[in-house]
Amino acid sequence: MSIELRCPVPLLKHETIQMAHGAGGRLSRELTQKIFLPHFNNSCLASLDDQAKFVLEEGTVAFTTDTFVVSPLFFPGGDIGDLAVNGTVNDLAVGGATPFYLSAGFVLEEGFALTDLEKIVKSMADAASKAGVQIVTGDTKVVQKGQCDGIFINTSGIGVVRKGIAVSCLNLRPGDSIIVSGTLGDHGMAVMTAREGLSFQSDITSDTASLNVMISAILDEVPEVHAMRDPTRGGLSATLNEFASASQVGIVLDEAVLPVRPDVLGACELLGIDPLNVANEGKVVVAAPAGCAKTVLRIMQEHSDAAEHGAAIIGEVVEDHPGMVIIRTVLGSRRILEMPLGEQLPRIC
Amino acid sequence: MKYLDEYRDPDIARNILKEIEDFVTRSWTIMEICGGQTHSIIRNGIDQLLPDQIQLIHGPGCPVCVTPLETLDRALSIASRPEVILASFGDMLRVPGSYRDLLKARSEGADVRVVFSSLEALKIAQDNPQKEVVFLAVGFETTAPGNAMAIKQAAKKGVGNFSELVSQFMVPPAMRAILSSEKRIVQGFLAAGHVCTVMGYEEYEPIAEEFHVPVVPTGFEPVDILSGILRVVKMLESGEHGVVNEYSRVVSRGGNPEARKTVNEVFEVSDKQWRGIGIIPKSSLKLREEFSAFDAEKKFDVAHIQPEESPLCRSGEVLQGMIKPDACPAFSRECTPLNPLGAPMVSGEGACAAYYKYHKRA
Repeated sequence: MSIELRCPVPLLKHETIQMAHGAGGRLSRELTQKIFLPHFNNSCLASLDDQAKFVLEEGTVAFTTDTFVVSPLFFPGGDIGDLAVNGTVNDLAVGGATPFYLSAGFVLEEGFALTDLEKIVKSMADAASKAGVQIVTGDTKVVQKGQCDGIFINTSGIGVVRKGIAVSCLNLRPGDSIIVSGTLGDHGMAVMTAREGLSFQSDITSDTASLNVMISAILDEVPEVHAMRDPTRGGLSATLNEFASASQVGIVLDEAVLPVRPDVLGACELLGIDPLNVANEGKVVVAAPAGCAKTVLRIMQEHSDAAEHGAAIIGEVVEDHPGMVIIRTVLGSRRILEMPLGEQLPRIC
Repeated sequence: MKYLDEYRDPDIARNILKEIEDFVTRSWTIMEICGGQTHSIIRNGIDQLLPDQIQLIHGPGCPVCVTPLETLDRALSIASRPEVILASFGDMLRVPGSYRDLLKARSEGADVRVVFSSLEALKIAQDNPQKEVVFLAVGFETTAPGNAMAIKQAAKKGVGNFSELVSQFMVPPAMRAILSSEKRIVQGFLAAGHVCTVMGYEEYEPIAEEFHVPVVPTGFEPVDILSGILRVVKMLESGEHGVVNEYSRVVSRGGNPEARKTVNEVFEVSDKQWRGIGIIPKSSLKLREEFSAFDAEKKFDVAHIQPEESPLCRSGEVLQGMIKPDACPAFSRECTPLNPLGAPMVSGEGACAAYYKYHKRA
């Protein structure tokens, strides 16, 4: 008679996350080998050392981190996985950096479905592959049921700033044009309309996408770009107010050309929310000398999948009213575009 | 988008503006009743484009603004009970109670959920039978049918864990109060389009007769609002009074009879405290006795909560059209959207918030 000395917990018998998946033992290893390694699949990660080792090309290193919590985890057009990869890739790209390597830290709630985790990991892998980056190190922790909302993901990213490029929100100059790469508010409204309690039907999908290929093409042709940012939380309003305040310039937008999909506008009006305050996850706002604006616009159009991409030159940087963003309305009057207050709350009627 | 784009057309809007300029010969003061109209006016800069002789005054038609402090404090008290899920329209969450708002209560552990209608709150009650679900039923005649319908369905389906904390207001008594005031400056009204969709406009006819004012049901797009103003100006200039409908694509004289019937079945008229204004007789709806099992005020015994307002806040005068928001000494000083002293600085429809957001420094 032989005695089995292995840990008696069989492989992948569990269908949900257990506390032991984060305890560093057999179940943790199983999670890594059955879910993370096959999808993230790169030599750097495969060694399973406590750290990733890689060689970076010479230059200024860009380093960023972001933590992703979203409800619902799966929404029309994406999920928390591609959001976590695209968000960090984009934060590097808008600094003029070429993104190379990402880390991924997971906080998982006890009882979270393994099939959902695998779906999320797969969409992270797909997004990384699309953006040309590798997820080279990671970590998993499990918390008791009720201590997190299914899954939280942190990603950090490392890239190298392209030579000769100096984009910063401090660099806007009067005479710059403001160009946006597509329609505004898609992501935030896709998530909001998918939430419990606001159940109305819509076909709005998130715009989550990596922007590094488009941005690289813009910088190839227009290295004199002054500032770039992806207008995520707080939407276009927050980004432009930060630009205006950091560079102490004024910004004037033309209401008539602001690109918003009709269904997004309709949902926003129904809920009493300004689409300019709503998050985007696959759009970039560029400030560049006016003479370059049409080139930037053309490259944005060339790199857009959507038939009606919505890329547009939406305004200009001026010397007047430093720190303030003004909208010229379609009627010819003017109003202030304020920094949004915080959480977007639907109104009564 | 049909029925929308043509009401945002800048060329049509400019033509109406021109017509207003041609017609107006002297100064007129017009009140837009509804906060939604106030926001559209400020957002589109219509007040900047009108001839100087036309003064727009912002009316009390913002439910968030006029919901009395005690209703908020009662909601906060109910929300802090462990067995309660409090469901509310989103813009009530930031309105200050005496010591905190619902967002703060949520951060302290209260289960506060944003819904888009009372029927969604009823569904939460059905899905969570072990919890007490309370819907903060605020609004004017616009929300009353939905809020009444949720009560009717709760009664029919026996959803005993559902109740409403009711603060329902009505427009006509407020108009009477404004017109009866000694300091009356309002000479004509843009009546609130959404309210008229439910109630129709026949109830304004006696008011127009009694006080000799033009009352014009008006929509919310720039062309709607300018058409409403043009109509009021024409009537004032020619000395006419009465009710003329400028929102006929949505509003009929009798309104929506089914909705009105449902409201009457569930609610009855009662006197009401309006935040910042005071008590207006027969100006609100309360639950009829037969539905008292669904009355959160009784269920949770919170009627004794009677707080006091900040002495700095002059929102009552703003809501009655006696001062503009930026004439209040606290405006954008002690009182900002991040630290609101009164509700009009909070709500998406509040006049103070609209001034702060679009106007303050423009």
